[in-house]
Amino acid sequence: MEDTQENMPQSSEVIAAGKVWHVLREKFGDAISELDENPFMPFFEVRQTERWREIALYMRDSASLRFNYMACLSGVDYPEEEMLGIVCNLESLGHHGHKIAVKVKCDRNGGTIPSVAKVWKTAEWHEREAFDMYGMIFSGHPDPRRILCPEDWEGYPLRKDYQVQETYHGIKVPN
Amino acid sequence: MGLLDANISKHNVLVTSVDNVLNWARLSSLWPMGFGLACCAIEMMATNASNYDLERFGIFPRSSPRQSDLMIVAGTVTMKMAERVVRLYEQMPEPRYVLSMGSCSNCGGPYWKHGYHVLKGVDRIIPVDVYVPGCPPRPESLIGGLLKIQELVRMEQIGISRAEALKKLQEKSIDPGQLIQDARQGVEAS
Repeated sequence: MEDTQENMPQSSEVIAAGKVWHVLREKFGDAISELDENPFMPFFEVRQTERWREIALYMRDSASLRFNYMACLSGVDYPEEEMLGIVCNLESLGHHGHKIAVKVKCDRNGGTIPSVAKVWKTAEWHEREAFDMYGMIFSGHPDPRRILCPEDWEGYPLRKDYQVQETYHGIKVPN
Repeated sequence: MGLLDANISKHNVLVTSVDNVLNWARLSSLWPMGFGLACCAIEMMATNASNYDLERFGIFPRSSPRQSDLMIVAGTVTMKMAERVVRLYEQMPEPRYVLSMGSCSNCGGPYWKHGYHVLKGVDRIIPVDVYVPGCPPRPESLIGGLLKIQELVRMEQIGISRAEALKKLQEKSIDPGQLIQDARQGVEAS
């Protein structure tokens, strides 16, 4: 399976993502990682987490990139690396049509990721959900509350080591 | 359980037919509070709509707990919703009845093991009179459950508690296994 993938010519989407990555590499150098050229969703990682907002703004506003659309922002838990992360799926709708995914990681205990809620409005609620489920802090978020769980819920349900609380307001929670 | 049972000790009060009349009036116009929480609510709406026409039983959904005497908990009760369920239940005037519709509100259903956010059965917070199984139950099952509620209302009388009435109702129950088998054989034969 892997062999055939290796031999297949790169799709136009991966080539377009490669061009995007080259523009960003020239501008930000080692702050971003190599491009993972998988055929499904090519992605790179932001190595210097504190520069994420700067990179995001450049991706949105630079004439050659124009990522005007955030399709999704998901949270990820990496318990082995003691990290939490987000994956942002970005797209340039109506301008260049290219797509790319960006991964940003932070420390698992009290780590922060710069919020991009002011860059893409979509990110506001998505970041609240990632915080609700994984517990990373989005610095500079306009409304950093939980979005789905109750305000006084304990713990972050989608972490791999999550243990549900015994009672909530006197009501037994587990089965 | 309201006016009639209010701690009046047994055999001290004699009534002839007044509780029969009251019960008849009550069971002929059960007003459930429209309390749709998830997909079961769709079945509840279907039961209210023209094909199954709950209004022929005098059952008509109310939008206010103050005017309803039956709560149909139709769907997944999340922990966030649980406190609201209790509050709405407490706002209902007595005598009040609760019908738990579907697996989620009966016991947590598919969220039994991994649903950290789901209340594992609405009977953990409010007393439930009738459970309707199914995921979601068909309108026929809901109507069956509502008829059980009507039987329960019919049993209301001075000196009998809800627990005793429910016990009586249970004694009257029949095992559906044979009926289902008969119905299946009937289908096969035809």
